[in-house]
This record gives sequence, structure tokens and C-alpha cells, in this order.
Amino acid sequence: MTLYVVLEGIIAFFLVAGGVFAFIGSLGLAHLRDFYMRLHGTTKATTLGIGCMLTASMLYFWVIEGKPDIQEVLITLFLFITAPVSAHLLAKTGLHLQLRHIDKTGGSPPELRAEEIGKRPIPHRDHGHG
Amino acid sequence: MIKPRAWLPTPLLSILLLMVWLLLVRSTAFGQLLLGSFLAVIIPLGTHRFWDLQPLVGKPMLLLRFVLRVLGDIIVANIEVAWLIANPWRRLRPHFIEYPLMVEQRFTITLLANTISLTPGTVSANLRMDGKTLLIHALDVEDEDALIRTIRERYERPLKEIYEC
Repeated sequence: MTLYVVLEGIIAFFLVAGGVFAFIGSLGLAHLRDFYMRLHGTTKATTLGIGCMLTASMLYFWVIEGKPDIQEVLITLFLFITAPVSAHLLAKTGLHLQLRHIDKTGGSPPELRAEEIGKRPIPHRDHGHG
Repeated sequence: MIKPRAWLPTPLLSILLLMVWLLLVRSTAFGQLLLGSFLAVIIPLGTHRFWDLQPLVGKPMLLLRFVLRVLGDIIVANIEVAWLIANPWRRLRPHFIEYPLMVEQRFTITLLANTISLTPGTVSANLRMDGKTLLIHALDVEDEDALIRTIRERYERPLKEIYEC
């Protein structure tokens, strides 16, 4: 009986933590100041938020139905595969469209310097396509 | 790119696909097994032109250690980023960093870029065409060189040891 209460506590903790992280991720999306910073909120905080909720779901069905369910692990796996790839593509598109970044951003990559683009093509070394 | 000479160009990928399919439908009935095998053959054949040749894993134990370390780092990084966003007194110092790559093969670079995106306050933004520099956007940087050193020691060196030695 006590064990059951403890397990419920753990499940509730994961649910709340998941909700908090997902909320903070969305908050970052809403109020960080430029495109590149907003990417961070969605790739990281939201990933952990969903991970927490899926852990809670897995624990719940394990406790209630008595059989562990592996599908949640699969969802987490797919999320971990897709999140960085989509973030990379979004960042790349942002660079390509030369979206503005806030002035205090350090470093100045040639991708965002207007005079560099289209004038001096970067030589392409082919990696084994031949 | 993998040449589609054989009808089963990537056996490991096919096995993985079959396993994922069986887990998704949660049954091992003969019909599902058949359908899963069919998909496991068809999907690699249809997508072979997107796949890089995967290098052999030289040191599986090292790979396991690397995966566990990255999983731990994901949780820490998530909490850090959440704190950076939620803290009302924060003063973020975003930074573009040009990271000189040490690894050479495209598969390894892909793994490294994904690891960087998932872990510490950084998103990999662009891989230069010559495959030697990775542009990274970081949310809050105190010391550029320290971050480059951390990535090099923590992620790139193990990856190089696992796949390219």
C-alpha cells in the first residue's frame, strides 16, 4: 500500500516536471528575442518535458496494468532523432534568409555578412561521391 | 552513399526497422512479422540515396559510455536552458561560434552535430561546404574557447575514437 502511494508520488512528480519544462520551452519560444535564441527553447526544454511525461505514462501503465510498455521509449527515441535535425534545418534556413539577430550576439560568421555571400564561393571538396 | 547493388543494402538498418515495427504494433503475429519484414526491405531500398555508409564501431563499450554520458548531459542541459529562459534576472550572451572539426567522415560529423544540438545550450547551425567547420549558435557563452574545448574533449574525441580509429 505504501509502495503504491510512493509510486503515485513519483508519477505525479514526473507529470508536473514535464508540464513545467514544456511550459518553459514554450515561454522561451514566446519571449526570447531573436530566431536563433528561440530555437534553444524548443529543442531542449520541450524535449525533456515530453520525456518526463512519457516516463510518467510508462510508470503509470506499468503499475496499473502490471506490464511494462515499450512504446513510450520509442516515442522518446524518435523525438531525440528528429529534434536536432529539425533544429539544424531551421537554423540553416534562418542563416540562408539572413534573419536578424540581436546586436549583442557575439561572433560574426561569414554566413551573415552581406559582402561575403555570393561573391566568394567556398570551394567544395567532394566526399566520396565519385 | 550506399550503392543499391544488393536487395538488402543495410542489414542492420533492416533489422532495426523490423524491431521498431514489431514494437509499434505490439504483436509478434505472423502477419505482422511478414509486413514488418516487407517494410524492412522496402524502406532501405527506397531511401538508399540518403544514407551514408556507416563506419564500423571499433569499440562498443566506448560507444555505450558515450551514449550514457550524452543522455546525462541532455538532462543537465535541459535544466540549464530552462533556468536560463525562466530566470527573470538573466542576461543572456548569445554567440555564434565557428567550430573547427577534427572528425572527417560525414556520418561522424552528423552524429557530432546532433549531439551538439541536443546537449549544452548550443544548436549546430551550419556545416560549411568544405566539411571542416561547424557553425554553432550558443545561448549563453562566457568563454568561447572554453566551450570549444569542452565540445572537443567531451564529444568529439570519443566519437573519433569510436568511429575513425
